Amino acid sequence: MMARTFRLGGVHPPEQKRLTEGKAIEILPPPRRVVIPMAQCLGAPAAPTVKPKDAVKAGRRIGEPQGFVSTPVHASISGVVKRVDLFPTSVGPRTLCVEIESDGADAWVDGVDPAAEAVDFSRPEAFLPALSDAGLVGMGGAAFPSHVKLRPPKDVTLDTLILNGAECEPYLTADHRLMIEHPREIALGLRILRAVLGVERAFVGIEDNKPDAIARMREALRGLDGAEVAVCRTRYPQGAEKQLLKTILDREVPPGKLPLHVGAVVHNVGTAFAAFEAVARRKPLVERVLTVSGRAIREPKNLRVRIGTTLDALIDRCGGVTEGLRKVIFGGPMMGKALRSLDVPVIKSTSGVLFFDRSEAVLVREHPCIRCGRCLGACPQGLCPCDMADLAENARYEDMADALDCVECGACQFACPGHRRLMHLIRLGKSEHRRLQQAKKA
Amino acid sequence: MTDPATPTSGGAPAAAAGPAAAPELLVSSWPHVATPDTVPRIMHSVWLALLPACAAAAWFFGRDALVVIGVTVLGCVACEALFLRARGRSWTEVRAAALDGSAVVTGVLLALNLPAGSPWWMLLVGAFVAMFLGKHVFGGLGCNPFNPALVARVFLLIAFPAQMLTWSAPVDRFAQSTAERIAADMGELDGLTYATPLGKLKQTLRTGADPTQVARVRAQMREQHPTLDLFLGRHGGSLGEVSVLALLLGAAFLLLRRIITWHIPLSFIGATAAITTLAWALKPDVHVDPLYHILSGGLVLGAFFMATDMVTSPVTRKGMLIFGAGCGAITAVIRLWGAYPEGVSFAILIMNALTPILDRHARDRRFGEARRRAAA
Repeated sequence: MMARTFRLGGVHPPEQKRLTEGKAIEILPPPRRVVIPMAQCLGAPAAPTVKPKDAVKAGRRIGEPQGFVSTPVHASISGVVKRVDLFPTSVGPRTLCVEIESDGADAWVDGVDPAAEAVDFSRPEAFLPALSDAGLVGMGGAAFPSHVKLRPPKDVTLDTLILNGAECEPYLTADHRLMIEHPREIALGLRILRAVLGVERAFVGIEDNKPDAIARMREALRGLDGAEVAVCRTRYPQGAEKQLLKTILDREVPPGKLPLHVGAVVHNVGTAFAAFEAVARRKPLVERVLTVSGRAIREPKNLRVRIGTTLDALIDRCGGVTEGLRKVIFGGPMMGKALRSLDVPVIKSTSGVLFFDRSEAVLVREHPCIRCGRCLGACPQGLCPCDMADLAENARYEDMADALDCVECGACQFACPGHRRLMHLIRLGKSEHRRLQQAKKA
Repeated sequence: MTDPATPTSGGAPAAAAGPAAAPELLVSSWPHVATPDTVPRIMHSVWLALLPACAAAAWFFGRDALVVIGVTVLGCVACEALFLRARGRSWTEVRAAALDGSAVVTGVLLALNLPAGSPWWMLLVGAFVAMFLGKHVFGGLGCNPFNPALVARVFLLIAFPAQMLTWSAPVDRFAQSTAERIAADMGELDGLTYATPLGKLKQTLRTGADPTQVARVRAQMREQHPTLDLFLGRHGGSLGEVSVLALLLGAAFLLLRRIITWHIPLSFIGATAAITTLAWALKPDVHVDPLYHILSGGLVLGAFFMATDMVTSPVTRKGMLIFGAGCGAITAVIRLWGAYPEGVSFAILIMNALTPILDRHARDRRFGEARRRAAA
């Protein structure tokens, strides 16, 4: 098969998927306690609607969205609210969370049917409210509220839906397993999202290192008009929205614009699966599949876990961590977040938890920039990362408008032989530049 | 600014409940994986790529070549260490930086740009100038605007023209010294034997009052230097520039290792070839053929190893093409109409000065910019 790809930049880090790609998704039973953050999307945090000692069932709404770019939060187990307080999470050291202690019953709120399989396509107007109510966010890692992407402004015309099954991050195999084990549900999710957007054409973009997932998805899409699998070359960041769009449709999103400005919307395959559950099972987003991997975890696995499950429960299930544990990452190694402590809960965007030992979490000596240009060669956006980093080092944030185009994929820093902390500097410059812009406006 | 190891906050949170006590976790921005390539690895690859040229120098110029290379490299590494220490680095840092290969690269490149008979004191002056004026006055590795080896070469050329322009033809046997060789050559022909091919060319043009005389000497000279000899290195010149074959072997290694790209060498040699072809086509009696220009002098050495110096050349593709073409054009102009027989060093240094402005203005196309906007 012909694998397509994007043109500018890109790197190929060691894939490391073998640790888990052959392992079927295991279901982690509801834990004894969950800690559910109110801030789980790239938008305004939800406001808690429960108080200590409240009895809740799984699927009950415990956080109200605050504004349009915000999503509701639901209880992921049944039990009693213990505390509504500040907890350390992957978002920050003190984040507002609801702690629920399990009653062991795992009872769901009325209306949820966790075993339902059918989708009623005769009433597509009911889809969007169901998806908004379910608290769907982008499951690839960015956690952008899905309903915002599904309600595009009136002045844009959409013609294509793309499901992102590229999973270009090393180590991660959650989407891979989901496509192998639940292709039918993903295909139904695709039909739901397509109906909401009112588009005919749909693609599922998958990297060519997952031939089994490609075969299963092709099978599941058979007979579905306008929908097909697009095989993409294994290359990071193939799964970045703009690069995937370029690969499949050969359309480039202009700087400062969104994919919908070129007529397409990209959703993760995990989001499509969650959309199926939200519509067919009336089940809000309270659990997800994630990959637990790295050399410092004894038994790497793909797990389906409830949102709010703390890491210790995951570690127990995976045989414990080794003595050599050095770094813990939420997400993949290219764009994941390093955690400060193990006492944090899994959230909607946690696509993986990586436990790195000394051999993986190496601190390399930094060298001065020798202007070798490899960061430019790696940048999928065609930017000049070394110059942006220099500007940030010299606090010249006002000159860093270029950084606004950065997708923060980390390819530049991966490629840098000087091992400069390019991503750190560029992200710093980006946020400082934004702040200066806003200050100027005000 | 950097993110060193940050210990976990506080004593032992919930993780203590697990089998392992709360470990010290490393916190840093993504990405958490990195290429195995390092700056020292790149630098070491560059001097390794120059080894064929060094071997060719030893073959053609005998033991003197090895002395020149050895003294210059040791001098550069010693000066690098000296200036790092003078700038207040710890001994461990000095050791690491002096051995990161960058000083070795400068040393080898400088040596390959010198004649085989260079006196030892001149080599040490060159090493000092390269490291001091070429590199550390600007802040050391990565901060120098000009190629340090070329700064030193041009300094030596101006300061010690007699020593810098005393060439010898290849020696007959390894142990023969350059001085012996020159003495042996003195009697021969019109005293031009030990000049470089380009030097002879310039001299012919300069004495060119009588056009028929020029044409005769030029034809004779081309006969003395058949293309194959120029390619293999059997002619006078500085240590590293003579053997195009050896240089190309090393260049192929750098291209395969992706340390250099084709942009600068190709545009450099292409521009020189274009201009010399034009001159040759217009006045075939006066100017020599472009192949002669490409294979003689420091063009190949300069195009593949000196102009491609990462620190002093542009990072953008467009910038590289302009940079290379500029080097090539200036080289050709100096060779054809300038006072010096050879212009590669000057050309590269002049274009080095333009590198920052090229980096700023010759930007490559961004994702989503212009060309595609019409389609979208």
